[in-house]
Amino acid sequence: MTEAGLVSPPSFEITSPLSRMAPTTTVRALQVPQSSSISVREIDREAPYDRAAHHGAGQLEARDVSAWFGSNKVLERVNLTMPANAVTALIGPSGCGKSTFLRVLNRMHELVPSAQLAGEVMLDNQDIYAPGTRITETRKRIGMVFQKPNPFPTMSLADNVTAGLKLNGIKVAKGDREALIERSLTRAGLWKEVKDRLKEPGGALSGGQQQRLCIARSLAIEPEVLLMDEPCSALDPTSTRRVEETIMEIKQQVTVVIVTHNMQQAARVSQKCAFFLAEMGTPGGIVEAGDTAQIFNDPRDPRTNDYVNGRFG
Amino acid sequence: MATVTESAPAAAAPPDTTDVPRGIDPGLAREDKVFFVAARTVGIVVLAIMGSIGVFLGYQSIPTLSRYGASFFTESQWQPENDVLGISAVLVGTFTVALVALVIAFPLALTSAIYISEYATSRVKRLLVSVIDLMAAVPSIIWGLWGFFLLQPKAIHAAHWLHTHVGWLPFFNVDTDPDSASWAQSRYAASAFIAGIAVSMMVLPMAAAVMIHVFGQAPIGEREAALGLGSTRWGMVRTVVLPFGRGGIIGGSMLSLGRALGETIAVVLIISPAFDIKFRPLEVGTNTVAALIAGRFGEATSSQLSALLTAGFVLFIITLIINTLAAMIVARSRSGAQE
Repeated sequence: MTEAGLVSPPSFEITSPLSRMAPTTTVRALQVPQSSSISVREIDREAPYDRAAHHGAGQLEARDVSAWFGSNKVLERVNLTMPANAVTALIGPSGCGKSTFLRVLNRMHELVPSAQLAGEVMLDNQDIYAPGTRITETRKRIGMVFQKPNPFPTMSLADNVTAGLKLNGIKVAKGDREALIERSLTRAGLWKEVKDRLKEPGGALSGGQQQRLCIARSLAIEPEVLLMDEPCSALDPTSTRRVEETIMEIKQQVTVVIVTHNMQQAARVSQKCAFFLAEMGTPGGIVEAGDTAQIFNDPRDPRTNDYVNGRFG
Repeated sequence: MATVTESAPAAAAPPDTTDVPRGIDPGLAREDKVFFVAARTVGIVVLAIMGSIGVFLGYQSIPTLSRYGASFFTESQWQPENDVLGISAVLVGTFTVALVALVIAFPLALTSAIYISEYATSRVKRLLVSVIDLMAAVPSIIWGLWGFFLLQPKAIHAAHWLHTHVGWLPFFNVDTDPDSASWAQSRYAASAFIAGIAVSMMVLPMAAAVMIHVFGQAPIGEREAALGLGSTRWGMVRTVVLPFGRGGIIGGSMLSLGRALGETIAVVLIISPAFDIKFRPLEVGTNTVAALIAGRFGEATSSQLSALLTAGFVLFIITLIINTLAAMIVARSRSGAQE
C-alpha cells in the first residue's frame, strides 16, 4: 500500500471495532473480505439489462475497486477515470494487479470461482455491477483483446469477424455482413493483407495478424470501450507497430484501456496513464495517475520516476 | 568437397552424394536406459497378450469355419445337435442391444458432460465426477439384477407405450395387439430394449468421462474470447467447447459401443434367448454373441466349443475395428492432437 494511504486511512477502518484497539497497520494486515466492512458484492448474473442509449465511445470510471482471489487481496481501492475517446495506459511491474483491474472492468474477473470484488465500475455513469445489469450486455459494450491472440482457429477469417454478432444473436443481411467485415478489418489495419483469403481459417495467420483479427472481431460489435491486456507482448516489433497504429486510429470511435509492460509503447499510444504498484505483499494499487506526458516527464512520486526511467528494483 | 565459404557457385553444382546422415547416439543416461527398456518390455508384453488372444481364437475357429464355411455367417439357428449353426441372428441381436444402449446413453452422457464440465460449481463437479466413477465401478451383475427386478416391470409399460404410439414404425413394432383390453405384458418383457437400457447404464460412465476430459481441455483463450464478446455460456459451449470436443464425443461414443457389443452377464440375466433375425427390440426374445457364449459354454462338446469360440472371434474382430476407429478419430481431432 502507498505511504499516502497509511497516513490517511480509508474511512471503513475508523468504524471497524478493531481499529479502536490496534494501530491501523495491524488492521490492514488482518484484513480479509469477511472481516472488513467493505461489502463484497453479490454478483447478479441473470437480471435483465436496462437498455440505456449508448453510442460511440464511453467513459469508464472505477470507484474504490478492490479485488480478491479467495482471501488474498490483490487490489486495494483503485480509483481511476478513463475518459472517452482517449487511450489510457496501465503500467507497472508484474503482479501489481493491473491485469486483474482490467478484467474487473468488463466482468471477466468473476470467471475465477474464488474471485470477489468491491467498489463500482461506472460506464457512462451506470454501474456495470448494479443488480439488473446483464453481464452479456456489459461485455458486449466493453470489449477485450487478450495477451495471447485467440481467434477461433477453425472458423474462417470472415466468420471470426462476425463471431461476436452471431454469439449475441444479431442478424445481419448478407450485403451488410460483407461491408461490416471490410469495415472492421480495415479499422484493425488488416483488410489489405487478408481481403483475398477471407475463407481461410483464423489459425492460418501470423501472430500479429491474428491479434489484429481479434481486434477486428471486437470492433465488429461496436463496443464503447476496448480493453487490451498486453496485446503486443507476444508480437514482433513490426506487428507491434501495426497494432499501435491501429490503437491510435480506433480511439476516434472507442475508448481504449491498455495494459502494457512496454514503457515506450505507453508513451507512444496513450494520453492518460496510471502507474500500479504492489509493494512487499500488499495488494496492488495506483501510485500515480494523470496525463501521460506528465507521468513520464514530471512524475510526482519518486517510485513512478524510478519506474518510468527504468531504475526499478 | 567445397567448404561453406565457397558457396557462391555451389548452387549450380550437382548435389553432393558423398555425405550420408550419420547415426546419432541418443546419449541416454543409465537410468533412462533402464526405464526405456523396462517400459518397452511391458508395452510389448501387452501387445503380445492381445495378439495371442486373437491368434488363439483364430486358431480355434479353423475347424468350425472349414466345416460350415459362409453359412456360419448366414445361418440364424444355433442347433449343434442337428449340425445347424450360424451367428446371423445373434449378430443382429448384438447390434440391436448395443444400438439401444447407445441411443439412450449418448444424450445422457453428452448433456451430463456439458453440465459437469461447463456449468457445475467445483464442489458439485467433484461430487458428480465421483458419482460417474462409481457408476463405472458397479459390477455388471448388479446392473443385470437391477434391470431384471427393478427396471423390467416399469420398462414393459414404456415399451407398450412406444408400441401403441409409434408402433407404425417397423422398429417399434411388436407382434401382438397393443390395444387389447388386457395387453400381453409378457410380449414386451426380456427384450433387447430392456437389456439395452441396462447396458446403457454401464457404458454411460465411460462415454461421459471421455467427454468431460475433452471438454475440460478446450482452450481457455478461446473460451474467454467468446465470453469477452458478450456470449452467453451456452453460446460459448456451442462455438468453442463442442467443436473442440467433437473428436472426443465421437470417440467416447464408439468406445462405449465397443463395450456395449461385448457386454455379457447383464444381457444373459435379462433376455430370453431367441434365434430369429428381427429388428423389433421391444419384443420379447433376442440373443447376443456374448450371451450365447456364456449360456452354452458349460455344456459344450469340443466341436461346439470351437463354434462358440468362432463366434467370439468374430466379436473380437468387430470390437477391435470399432475401438481402433474410435482411437483414430480421437487422435485426429484437435483435442487429441494437442497432447
